[in-house]
Amino acid sequence: MAENDFDFSGLEKRLGVSRRTFLKFCTGVAASLGLSSNAAMAMAKAVADPKRRPPVIWLHGQECTGPTEALLRCEQPTLEHLLLDLISLDYHQTLDTGAGHQVEEIKKRSMQENKGKYLLVIEGAIPVKDNGIYCKIAGETMLHLTHEAAEHAAAIVAYGSCASWGGVQAAAPNPTGAKGAPQVLEGKTVVTIPGCPPNPANFIGTVLYFVTYGKLPPIDELGRPKWAYGRLIHENCYRRPHFDAGRFATEFGDKGHREGWCLYKMGCKGPETYNNCPSLEFNNLGGGVWPVGVGHPCFGCSEGGVGFNKPMFALADVKTHTPPNMFPPIEDRQQSSGVTAGAAALVGVAVGAALGASAMVTKKLGEQEKQQD
Amino acid sequence: MSEHRALNRRVVTLPFMLLGVLFLIALYYLGVRFVNGMGFVTNLNGGYAWGLWVVYDIVIGTALACGGYALAVVVYVANKGKYHPLMRPALLASLLGYGLGGLGAFIDMGRYWQFYNILLPWHMNFNAVMLEVGLCVAAYILVLLIEFAPVALEKFGNTNLRQKLNKVLFFFIALGVLLPTMHQSSLGSMLIAMGHKVHPLWQTLYLQPLLAVLTAFTMGFAVVVFEASLSSVGFGRPSETPLLSGLGKAIVGLIAVYLLFRFGEVVVQGKLGLLFAGDLGSLMFLLESALFIYPMVVLMSPGARSNSRLLLWSAVSMLFAGSLYRLNAFLLTYNPGPGYSYFPSVPEIMVTLGLVALEVMVFLYVVKRFPVLHGEKRA
Repeated sequence: MAENDFDFSGLEKRLGVSRRTFLKFCTGVAASLGLSSNAAMAMAKAVADPKRRPPVIWLHGQECTGPTEALLRCEQPTLEHLLLDLISLDYHQTLDTGAGHQVEEIKKRSMQENKGKYLLVIEGAIPVKDNGIYCKIAGETMLHLTHEAAEHAAAIVAYGSCASWGGVQAAAPNPTGAKGAPQVLEGKTVVTIPGCPPNPANFIGTVLYFVTYGKLPPIDELGRPKWAYGRLIHENCYRRPHFDAGRFATEFGDKGHREGWCLYKMGCKGPETYNNCPSLEFNNLGGGVWPVGVGHPCFGCSEGGVGFNKPMFALADVKTHTPPNMFPPIEDRQQSSGVTAGAAALVGVAVGAALGASAMVTKKLGEQEKQQD
Repeated sequence: MSEHRALNRRVVTLPFMLLGVLFLIALYYLGVRFVNGMGFVTNLNGGYAWGLWVVYDIVIGTALACGGYALAVVVYVANKGKYHPLMRPALLASLLGYGLGGLGAFIDMGRYWQFYNILLPWHMNFNAVMLEVGLCVAAYILVLLIEFAPVALEKFGNTNLRQKLNKVLFFFIALGVLLPTMHQSSLGSMLIAMGHKVHPLWQTLYLQPLLAVLTAFTMGFAVVVFEASLSSVGFGRPSETPLLSGLGKAIVGLIAVYLLFRFGEVVVQGKLGLLFAGDLGSLMFLLESALFIYPMVVLMSPGARSNSRLLLWSAVSMLFAGSLYRLNAFLLTYNPGPGYSYFPSVPEIMVTLGLVALEVMVFLYVVKRFPVLHGEKRA
């Protein structure tokens, strides 16, 4: 089928967005994933084709519902609609209309009917101490529910830092023995979308990829999609030139802070945190809306062992090279000193010498030829 | 035994010592540059981030070092074995030219301590033309070293290793043709990235790589002629004119193709008026074109081609033409916006001259101690 023939009219009605807006969105997602415009079209078709909607079971453990809230407050064209349209959300404790035994029943039935086909999303940490009694839903421990749902899931996504590596719950002294989903579900592939809250764009991109291609995007050893977490914040940060040039803000409101200099010396964890905040920013507001963008050091919310672990003002462990302690001063020069007599003479001498040498060689070549004749 | 022979003459002569003085002066300024920073020695500023060091040492310098490339195409691709005697000195000049180009890039790099990052795959930006040039030039320097290795092996009599190397050398020769085609054209692509800062007479979004590689190729032939003429006079060796006149023919063809595209682009894009504007750009364009046209017209006649003096002057004209083309595009008519000006400082010029002096010194030494020049007597 030619791309233009594809009928998006049904989708326009369901999502309440124009075909143009929708295709623009898909292209944007494909571009952030580093895929071609063909992939954008494939994604658009996957969304428009309702037969392919995977059922989703969404579990909540120890958490503040931040990831779901971040998703719902997204300003992207009806992103939550898109997500809810893209998947068949069979069970979600925050969004379910029903309650109590009714929703638990629906969940059990959906998991039975869609064995091996449903997508499992885990939000929140899983306490394991004392057999997981510190977090219970409908009389069952989160630990048990997680294992149960993971058993026949087609894919597992840990959404948010708590689900990815324990988050704030796992911070010392960790009284409930909270762990992330990958640590609880050892041996299973768990895609992690860490962040506190995580960027909904990273979630939607991963899910779109899954729906379109039926497999997970390439991930690193911690289960993070490489397209979103492949680079340090430090690598794409727009304050980076200040870091390299040795211009640091040292306290809130000082000259450097007002001028937008690097926040490393105020404890910014960008140099050891992998995320795409500098390029995607947050809440789709633009204008530099993300912590470092608004003048606050990154606290490493998405990096296990950094966020909630390292003190706010402790210096980051710079994973890339560190700059030297001393820098030559940077002059904002507009003009150079212009043509000096010496420089002009030197250029003249150099060009003249080249021409003169050629002339001498010519003369000698002539003499050589005469001798040979 | 090889037909190549070392000259076996005194290395430390008066010209050699004079060149040494130039090199020492350059060393002094380089010391200042690495202790106090670029600002102390160069006239670079916010508008002109690239000055003499980049434009001469790298952009022009590597084009002047294209002798090995141009000859390799003739000898190995077009299979004209008779030019093989010119190959070794051309390779040596290429190796030195490119080596100093790489050194120039390092010297000009503000944050030179981050140089190694270009070699780390996870730091690479595969959309950058700079990456292409950087890696490709680095690879080509290695290839040139391998291509030139038989000379050193011959000198030290390691025949076993030489035979082994000879078996795989064809691969490196192929790379030696491919790599310069890639990075010389990419050096032209850099002008595309500079957009409107490049004077319209030198800016073309489509032909930049082609023009760059064509001129580099032609300069390669010209530099072979230049170098052969100089060593024939300087070392009192038999003239190579019969061989060189064949290269003269190639130069004519290449310049003709180049001028066709160059002027064709100007005409098609409706920039002909700029030619007669009478400003710096138009004058430079006319001067540059005249330098291109002179060798083409002269070398068209077979009589002139067998005249060693006219051949040399044509080569010199071609070298100036190619250099001026690059100098014009990158510096002289380059306009980074109001308020910026640039002319190289004395230390900048001295460093460049010192590096060229070093290049000539090494060339002289190697030619006198290693079997580089062809030994056969030819009339």
